[in-house]
Amino acid sequence: MARIPTTHDPFNAVAEPKRRAILDALGPAERSVNEIVELLGWPQPMVSKHLAVLKKVGLVRERRAGRQRLYRVDMGKLKPIYDWVTPFERYWSESYERLDEVLSDIQKKEK
Amino acid sequence: MSEKKNKTVINAEPGKQELFITREFDAPRELVFKAHTDPELYVQWLGPRDLSMSLETFEPVSGGRWRFIQKDKDGNEFGFHGVNHDVTAPERIIGTFEFEGLPESGHVILETTKFESLPGGRTRVTTQSVYQSVEDRDGMVAAGMESGVVDGFERLDEILEKMK
Repeated sequence: MARIPTTHDPFNAVAEPKRRAILDALGPAERSVNEIVELLGWPQPMVSKHLAVLKKVGLVRERRAGRQRLYRVDMGKLKPIYDWVTPFERYWSESYERLDEVLSDIQKKEK
Repeated sequence: MSEKKNKTVINAEPGKQELFITREFDAPRELVFKAHTDPELYVQWLGPRDLSMSLETFEPVSGGRWRFIQKDKDGNEFGFHGVNHDVTAPERIIGTFEFEGLPESGHVILETTKFESLPGGRTRVTTQSVYQSVEDRDGMVAAGMESGVVDGFERLDEILEKMK
Protein backbone atom coordinates (compact mmCIF):
# COMPACT_ATOMS: atom_id res chain seq x y z
CA MET A 1 0.00 0.00 0.00
CA ALA A 2 1.26 3.47 -0.83
CA ARG A 3 2.23 5.65 2.07
CA ILE A 4 0.00 8.59 2.85
CA PRO A 5 1.94 11.77 2.08
CA THR A 6 3.49 13.37 5.16
CA THR A 7 1.62 16.58 4.59
CA HIS A 8 -1.76 14.89 5.15
CA ASP A 9 -0.99 12.51 7.98
CA PRO A 10 -0.40 13.81 11.53
CA PHE A 11 1.34 10.54 12.47
CA ASN A 12 3.92 10.94 9.73
CA ALA A 13 4.18 14.65 10.42
CA VAL A 14 5.47 14.03 13.96
CA ALA A 15 7.86 11.30 12.80
CA GLU A 16 10.14 14.11 11.58
CA PRO A 17 12.39 15.19 14.50
CA LYS A 18 12.44 18.86 13.45
CA ARG A 19 8.66 19.06 13.62
CA ARG A 20 8.67 17.49 17.06
CA ALA A 21 11.20 20.12 18.12
CA ILE A 22 8.79 22.82 16.97
CA LEU A 23 5.91 21.26 18.93
CA ASP A 24 8.17 21.09 21.96
CA ALA A 25 9.31 24.70 21.51
CA LEU A 26 5.70 25.83 21.37
CA GLY A 27 4.79 23.85 24.47
CA PRO A 28 1.73 25.35 26.16
CA ALA A 29 2.44 28.82 24.73
CA GLU A 30 1.23 30.75 21.72
CA ARG A 31 4.21 31.99 19.73
CA SER A 32 5.10 33.87 16.56
CA VAL A 33 7.44 32.47 13.90
CA ASN A 34 10.16 34.85 15.10
CA GLU A 35 9.90 33.56 18.65
CA ILE A 36 10.25 29.96 17.44
CA VAL A 37 13.21 30.97 15.26
CA GLU A 38 14.83 32.53 18.32
CA LEU A 39 14.15 29.51 20.55
CA LEU A 40 15.47 26.93 18.10
CA GLY A 41 18.13 29.00 16.36
CA TRP A 42 17.09 27.72 12.91
CA PRO A 43 16.72 29.76 9.71
CA GLN A 44 13.26 31.30 9.44
CA PRO A 45 12.34 29.53 6.14
CA MET A 46 13.03 26.16 7.77
CA VAL A 47 10.76 26.95 10.72
CA SER A 48 8.02 28.24 8.38
CA LYS A 49 8.21 25.15 6.18
CA HIS A 50 7.75 22.70 9.06
CA LEU A 51 5.16 24.93 10.72
CA ALA A 52 3.13 24.85 7.48
CA VAL A 53 3.08 21.02 7.55
CA LEU A 54 2.03 20.97 11.20
CA LYS A 55 -0.72 23.46 10.42
CA LYS A 56 -1.94 21.44 7.46
CA VAL A 57 -2.34 18.24 9.49
CA GLY A 58 -4.06 20.20 12.26
CA LEU A 59 -1.46 19.73 14.98
CA VAL A 60 -0.80 23.47 15.13
CA ARG A 61 -3.37 26.25 15.00
CA GLU A 62 -2.79 29.72 13.61
CA ARG A 63 -4.34 32.95 14.88
CA ARG A 64 -3.96 36.46 13.52
CA ALA A 65 -3.24 39.17 16.06
CA GLY A 66 -2.86 42.48 14.25
CA ARG A 67 0.02 42.06 11.82
CA GLN A 68 1.32 38.97 13.55
CA ARG A 69 0.41 35.34 13.15
CA LEU A 70 0.54 33.32 16.34
CA TYR A 71 0.83 29.54 16.58
CA ARG A 72 -0.09 27.04 19.25
CA VAL A 73 -0.31 23.23 19.57
CA ASP A 74 -3.75 21.64 19.28
CA MET A 75 -3.47 19.25 22.21
CA GLY A 76 -6.66 17.44 21.25
CA LYS A 77 -5.04 16.41 17.96
CA LEU A 78 -1.72 15.51 19.51
CA LYS A 79 -2.98 13.36 22.36
CA PRO A 80 -4.17 10.35 20.29
CA ILE A 81 -0.76 10.19 18.61
CA TYR A 82 0.98 10.47 21.92
CA ASP A 83 -1.17 7.71 23.42
CA TRP A 84 -0.52 5.42 20.50
CA VAL A 85 3.22 5.92 20.44
CA THR A 86 3.90 5.45 24.13
CA PRO A 87 2.88 1.92 25.25
CA PHE A 88 6.53 0.87 25.36
CA GLU A 89 7.47 3.99 27.27
CA ARG A 90 4.52 3.50 29.60
CA TYR A 91 5.55 -0.10 30.26
CA TRP A 92 8.91 1.06 31.55
CA SER A 93 7.72 4.26 33.25
CA GLU A 94 5.13 2.33 35.22
CA SER A 95 7.48 -0.55 36.04
CA TYR A 96 10.07 1.87 37.36
CA GLU A 97 7.49 3.79 39.39
CA ARG A 98 6.58 0.51 41.05
CA LEU A 99 10.28 -0.17 41.61
CA ASP A 100 10.52 3.23 43.36
CA GLU A 101 7.85 2.02 45.80
CA VAL A 102 9.58 -1.32 46.39
CA LEU A 103 12.91 0.41 47.03
CA SER A 104 11.34 3.00 49.30
CA ASP A 105 9.53 0.30 51.37
CA ILE A 106 12.75 -1.65 51.87
CA GLN A 107 14.66 1.47 52.89
CA LYS A 108 11.95 2.41 55.43
CA LYS A 109 12.09 -1.06 56.98
CA GLU A 110 15.86 -0.90 57.27
CA LYS A 111 15.74 2.36 59.23
CA MET B 1 9.32 12.49 49.16
CA SER B 2 11.75 13.60 46.51
CA GLU B 3 11.31 17.08 45.07
CA LYS B 4 11.93 16.14 41.50
CA LYS B 5 10.31 13.07 40.01
CA ASN B 6 12.76 10.67 38.40
CA LYS B 7 11.93 10.32 34.73
CA THR B 8 12.25 7.30 32.46
CA VAL B 9 14.06 8.37 29.30
CA ILE B 10 13.84 6.24 26.18
CA ASN B 11 16.24 7.11 23.42
CA ALA B 12 15.64 5.49 20.04
CA GLU B 13 17.47 7.23 17.23
CA PRO B 14 15.81 6.81 13.84
CA GLY B 15 17.40 4.15 11.63
CA LYS B 16 19.35 2.37 14.38
CA GLN B 17 19.04 -1.17 15.71
CA GLU B 18 19.42 -0.17 19.33
CA LEU B 19 17.63 1.82 21.97
CA PHE B 20 18.47 3.01 25.46
CA ILE B 21 16.29 3.20 28.56
CA THR B 22 17.66 5.37 31.37
CA ARG B 23 16.24 5.97 34.83
CA GLU B 24 17.59 7.20 38.18
CA PHE B 25 16.51 5.89 41.58
CA ASP B 26 16.68 7.32 45.09
CA ALA B 27 18.28 4.17 46.43
CA PRO B 28 21.83 2.76 46.60
CA ARG B 29 23.17 0.59 43.80
CA GLU B 30 23.26 -2.65 45.81
CA LEU B 31 19.57 -2.34 46.57
CA VAL B 32 18.53 -1.47 43.01
CA PHE B 33 20.57 -4.42 41.75
CA LYS B 34 18.94 -6.68 44.34
CA ALA B 35 15.49 -5.65 43.11
CA HIS B 36 16.52 -6.97 39.68
CA THR B 37 17.84 -10.33 40.95
CA ASP B 38 15.65 -11.23 43.94
CA PRO B 39 12.57 -13.06 42.57
CA GLU B 40 10.32 -11.87 45.41
CA LEU B 41 11.19 -8.24 44.67
CA TYR B 42 11.28 -8.62 40.88
CA VAL B 43 7.64 -9.75 40.61
CA GLN B 44 6.55 -6.70 42.63
CA TRP B 45 7.58 -4.16 40.02
CA LEU B 46 8.19 -5.52 36.51
CA GLY B 47 5.38 -4.57 34.16
CA PRO B 48 2.36 -2.27 34.36
CA ARG B 49 0.00 -2.61 37.33
CA ASP B 50 -2.86 -4.00 35.25
CA LEU B 51 -0.84 -7.04 34.15
CA SER B 52 -0.38 -9.99 36.47
CA MET B 53 3.14 -11.35 36.61
CA SER B 54 4.10 -14.99 36.81
CA LEU B 55 7.77 -15.88 37.11
CA GLU B 56 8.21 -19.36 35.63
CA THR B 57 12.00 -19.61 35.67
CA PHE B 58 14.44 -17.22 37.33
CA GLU B 59 18.15 -17.96 37.56
CA PRO B 60 19.90 -14.60 38.10
CA VAL B 61 23.44 -15.92 37.56
CA SER B 62 25.75 -16.03 34.53
CA GLY B 63 24.42 -18.79 32.28
CA GLY B 64 21.06 -18.89 34.05
CA ARG B 65 17.69 -18.91 32.30
CA TRP B 66 14.57 -16.86 32.90
CA ARG B 67 10.97 -16.87 31.73
CA PHE B 68 7.91 -14.96 32.81
CA ILE B 69 4.32 -14.59 31.68
CA GLN B 70 2.27 -11.42 32.00
CA LYS B 71 -1.49 -11.68 31.78
CA ASP B 72 -4.02 -8.90 31.18
CA LYS B 73 -7.58 -8.62 32.53
CA ASP B 74 -9.02 -10.36 29.46
CA GLY B 75 -6.77 -13.36 30.00
CA ASN B 76 -4.35 -12.59 27.17
CA GLU B 77 -0.91 -13.97 28.02
CA PHE B 78 2.40 -12.43 27.03
CA GLY B 79 5.41 -14.70 27.49
CA PHE B 80 9.05 -13.63 27.54
CA HIS B 81 12.23 -15.62 28.01
CA GLY B 82 15.98 -15.41 27.72
CA VAL B 83 19.39 -16.41 29.07
CA ASN B 84 21.62 -14.43 31.40
CA HIS B 85 25.01 -14.15 29.76
CA ASP B 86 26.72 -12.19 32.55
CA VAL B 87 25.36 -11.27 35.97
CA THR B 88 27.96 -9.28 37.91
CA ALA B 89 26.73 -7.82 41.22
CA PRO B 90 26.09 -4.96 41.61
CA GLU B 91 27.31 -3.63 38.26
CA ARG B 92 25.63 -5.23 35.30
CA ILE B 93 23.28 -7.81 33.83
CA ILE B 94 23.79 -8.88 30.22
CA GLY B 95 21.43 -11.30 28.56
CA THR B 96 19.06 -12.19 25.78
CA PHE B 97 15.38 -11.30 25.63
CA GLU B 98 12.67 -12.70 23.40
CA PHE B 99 8.96 -11.90 23.23
CA GLU B 100 7.04 -15.11 22.60
CA GLY B 101 4.03 -13.39 21.05
CA LEU B 102 5.62 -12.61 17.68
CA PRO B 103 4.45 -14.46 14.53
CA GLU B 104 7.82 -16.23 14.30
CA SER B 105 10.43 -17.08 16.91
CA GLY B 106 14.08 -16.08 16.74
CA HIS B 107 13.73 -12.31 17.05
CA VAL B 108 16.16 -12.10 19.96
CA ILE B 109 17.33 -8.91 21.66
CA LEU B 110 20.66 -8.46 23.44
CA GLU B 111 20.20 -6.43 26.60
CA THR B 112 22.92 -4.83 28.72
CA THR B 113 21.77 -3.23 31.96
CA LYS B 114 24.31 -1.15 33.88
CA PHE B 115 23.92 0.02 37.47
CA GLU B 116 25.87 3.20 38.25
CA SER B 117 26.35 4.75 41.70
CA LEU B 118 25.46 8.44 41.92
CA PRO B 119 26.21 10.91 44.74
CA GLY B 120 23.73 10.95 47.61
CA GLY B 121 23.10 7.20 47.62
CA ARG B 122 21.36 7.31 44.27
CA THR B 123 21.64 4.99 41.27
CA ARG B 124 21.37 5.31 37.52
CA VAL B 125 20.15 2.28 35.57
CA THR B 126 20.83 2.24 31.82
CA THR B 127 19.64 -0.54 29.55
CA GLN B 128 20.92 -0.85 26.01
CA SER B 129 18.78 -3.13 23.83
CA VAL B 130 20.25 -4.27 20.52
CA TYR B 131 17.78 -5.71 18.02
CA GLN B 132 18.47 -7.86 14.95
CA SER B 133 17.13 -5.17 12.63
CA VAL B 134 15.76 -1.64 12.62
CA GLU B 135 12.35 -3.15 11.78
CA ASP B 136 12.46 -5.37 14.87
CA ARG B 137 13.25 -2.41 17.07
CA ASP B 138 10.62 -0.13 15.60
CA GLY B 139 8.05 -2.91 15.78
CA MET B 140 8.70 -3.26 19.49
CA VAL B 141 8.76 0.43 20.33
CA ALA B 142 5.94 1.87 18.31
CA ALA B 143 3.98 -0.90 16.63
CA GLY B 144 5.52 -0.36 13.21
CA MET B 145 5.65 3.40 13.32
CA GLU B 146 8.65 5.37 12.19
CA SER B 147 10.76 5.53 15.29
CA GLY B 148 12.31 8.30 17.23
CA VAL B 149 8.97 9.70 18.22
CA VAL B 150 9.33 8.71 21.83
CA ASP B 151 12.00 11.33 22.44
CA GLY B 152 11.61 15.04 22.03
CA PHE B 153 8.40 15.36 23.99
CA GLU B 154 9.97 16.52 27.24
CA ARG B 155 7.88 19.61 27.77
CA LEU B 156 4.77 18.16 26.21
CA ASP B 157 4.97 15.26 28.65
CA GLU B 158 4.33 17.67 31.48
CA ILE B 159 1.39 19.30 29.74
CA LEU B 160 -0.23 15.99 28.84
CA GLU B 161 0.31 14.84 32.42
CA LYS B 162 -1.80 17.78 33.59
CA MET B 163 -4.54 16.93 31.08
CA LYS B 164 -5.19 13.49 32.60
